[in-house]
Amino acid sequence: MSSDNTPTHAIDMDSIGRGLHAKRLEDEAPCLEVKDLKLFYGEKQALHGIDMIIPKRRVTAYIGPSGCGKSTLLRCMNRMNDLVDGVRIDGQILLDGHDIYHKSVNVADLRRRVGMVFQKPNPFPKSIYENVAYGLRLQGIKDRRRIEEVVEKALKGAALWDEVKDRLHDSALGLSGGQQQRLVIARAIAIEPEVLLLDEPASALDPISTLKIEELIYELKDKYTIVIVTHNMQQAARVSDYTAFMYMGNLIEFGDTNTLFTNPREKQTEDYITGRYG
Amino acid sequence: MIRRWFQSGKPWIWFTASAVSISMILVFGLLLLIAARGLGHFWPSDILQFQYQEADGTTLTLVGEIHDEEQVAAARLRDAGIEVAGDEPVTRYLLKIGNRDIYGQDFRWVIAPGMGERQTPQDLLAVERREWGNFYGYLLKVKQQGAVVAEGDAAWPELQQRLARASDLYNEIHSLEKSDIGAINYGMERIRLQRRGLELDGVDDPASFAQLEKEYKALEAEYAVLQKRLAELYQRINRDSMTMRIADGREVDIPLAKVVHTYRPNAMSLFDKIGFYFAKVGEFVSDEPREANTEGGIFPAIFGTVMMVIIMSVMVVPFGVVAAVYLREYARQGPVTRLIRIAVNNLAGVPSIVYGVFGLGFFVYFLGGNIDQLFFPEAAPAPTFGTPGILWASLTLALLTVPVVIVATEEGLSRIPKSIREGSLALGATKAETLWRTVLPMASPAIMTGLILAIARAAGEVAPLMLVGVVKLAPSLPLDGNYPFLHLDRKFMHLGFHIYDVGFQSPNVEAARPLVYATALLLVLVIVALNLAAIAIRNHLREKYRALEG
Repeated sequence: MSSDNTPTHAIDMDSIGRGLHAKRLEDEAPCLEVKDLKLFYGEKQALHGIDMIIPKRRVTAYIGPSGCGKSTLLRCMNRMNDLVDGVRIDGQILLDGHDIYHKSVNVADLRRRVGMVFQKPNPFPKSIYENVAYGLRLQGIKDRRRIEEVVEKALKGAALWDEVKDRLHDSALGLSGGQQQRLVIARAIAIEPEVLLLDEPASALDPISTLKIEELIYELKDKYTIVIVTHNMQQAARVSDYTAFMYMGNLIEFGDTNTLFTNPREKQTEDYITGRYG
Repeated sequence: MIRRWFQSGKPWIWFTASAVSISMILVFGLLLLIAARGLGHFWPSDILQFQYQEADGTTLTLVGEIHDEEQVAAARLRDAGIEVAGDEPVTRYLLKIGNRDIYGQDFRWVIAPGMGERQTPQDLLAVERREWGNFYGYLLKVKQQGAVVAEGDAAWPELQQRLARASDLYNEIHSLEKSDIGAINYGMERIRLQRRGLELDGVDDPASFAQLEKEYKALEAEYAVLQKRLAELYQRINRDSMTMRIADGREVDIPLAKVVHTYRPNAMSLFDKIGFYFAKVGEFVSDEPREANTEGGIFPAIFGTVMMVIIMSVMVVPFGVVAAVYLREYARQGPVTRLIRIAVNNLAGVPSIVYGVFGLGFFVYFLGGNIDQLFFPEAAPAPTFGTPGILWASLTLALLTVPVVIVATEEGLSRIPKSIREGSLALGATKAETLWRTVLPMASPAIMTGLILAIARAAGEVAPLMLVGVVKLAPSLPLDGNYPFLHLDRKFMHLGFHIYDVGFQSPNVEAARPLVYATALLLVLVIVALNLAAIAIRNHLREKYRALEG
């Protein structure tokens, strides 16, 4: 950030909406539709009726202060919240028009279609190769040649291939944090999901690794619908096409990234992105 | 000054450190004691010869090894009717005189004042026999079918030569009887059971009976051949004998068939003795017991102990892991699971003999009895599984140790980071797949820790085993060359029980006491070895599944 810029915005204005398409949100094909989603942790309500559409093959970012419900909403999209005791969910999330909370939905199948990458890299204590092949083996694929192909493709897709191709059978735990996170992304894209949920994927990484992850997200959006939760507003501005601002379990504002950061409709959004709170 | 010292906290360090030192001293003291007492037994000590004046004034010649010595108050000896001068304590020796078949006992006490000059004649011979314990005396003649073939100085080399031959023959007879004839007997018994099974099934097809009859006849023919060969071997082994002169001048004939080996400890150099020592230790570890377990080796007991622990491990690990997985992963956490955990922990504190009683009542009589009725009706009324055996002993011990495995596994499962589970679930794995592919492998070091604790507890347990399968002397090992090779219904020998049996149930307490120590040492070594093996596996797994740092 240069010093002669007016410091009203806490972010680098030039990088905003780098990946923005000329389209408007209303013209995008929907991938996920969230309809009046309410979530309760026991008595406490964490999400207050969220309504939004997540466009296909775009990067959608959630920003907002800690505890605003953005991770909770993300974890609703592949039903990770099912694992938490005492959670109750009202409303619908449609994936290609089908409610993922319908009784007939097989959760494992859903998660195969909606992949997720977590805040802290969580490779399995297996070899790099086995980490990437994990999802394939779950699907019962035994053909070695096919697995090898997919592993290579996924690692290349996650921009990790060149760094690990000579030590595929070494433990994944020997990789650096940034490499581990890219390995986890490779693991997720190896099973070719439709949607990739990224829950603060770079928050535990150093700046260089963060940059690599961001470049990766930029490349991946050609093939996947990406939803990313981030604390880092510059990151949201850099990587996303659309941004949603959440506060206290409510969706305050959702629109294309450029508009949201330069000309927010809501006062709360403006306060947040200019760093007045959060 | 003292006060300052107290305030500095140093006394606390000294206090805690002394607790550690005392524990270490006790442990090493214990090991040292059993090692010294047990291992000393195999050393060939000198055989003494001396004149001894009995309390009634008669003088006789005694030959034997000094086994033990102690100080006795003179007054006590006088009370026992032995006249001694003065009030000084008197040294009393326990002398192993051997020759139990002749003297009626092979140990006797002698007091130092009555002993004449001690001599160690070079040609005093110790004979280790298959029956009646050791024999001490002078070799006079070696005979073949009653005719003298060697005498005097020529007798010793001649004896060694003929003894080697007798020993070979003995081994041949032993292997014939044990494995060949044993296998035939086993086969005949199987045919008998098959025939009985056919009868019970109401099969009246003569062809199948004829087939069995044919097999039976074949075995009988084989048996007749072996029997003939055996008779011939017996004739050959009984060919030679030796004549010995014992301390009081009597001459005794000993057939070489009854001799394990002979040695002249007084003529042995240090190296000879060391060689002899290790040969004896090797024999102890690898041979079968003789003479009501007071002589020979303890191999079947080592084998039985290890085998039982292995079978127990094979059963306790899956059972404990499955139970722990349910408790930790599937059951709704609440008062009921808490109650179950308390119950499981208390189960670990139940006295082991109670498990033995349960094992006898439930496993042996109920389960075993029903198995016999359902699957082995042809063997009735003889029980197959409805009698104590290695399977039930292992099961009882598995039950005894399952709480340890459950607790350790639960501990391990709870330490697997949530992020790993979520990572697996997010890839479309079901909960079961996540458990099987990721969580359980990562918890395997903890499972092994549970197994190590289980082994440590089970291998030393004796009381419940006495009810459910251990015997003083098992005729055959639970694993042998006869189909189906692993005989889970057989009774077995166990080092812990062997210690009890040799120490308290033996007809010859003095002879057996060193064996108690030696067996105890071996039991400790076996447990240490089993534990080290398990620890090595665990460390390997730990390295493999090293959890995420931080």
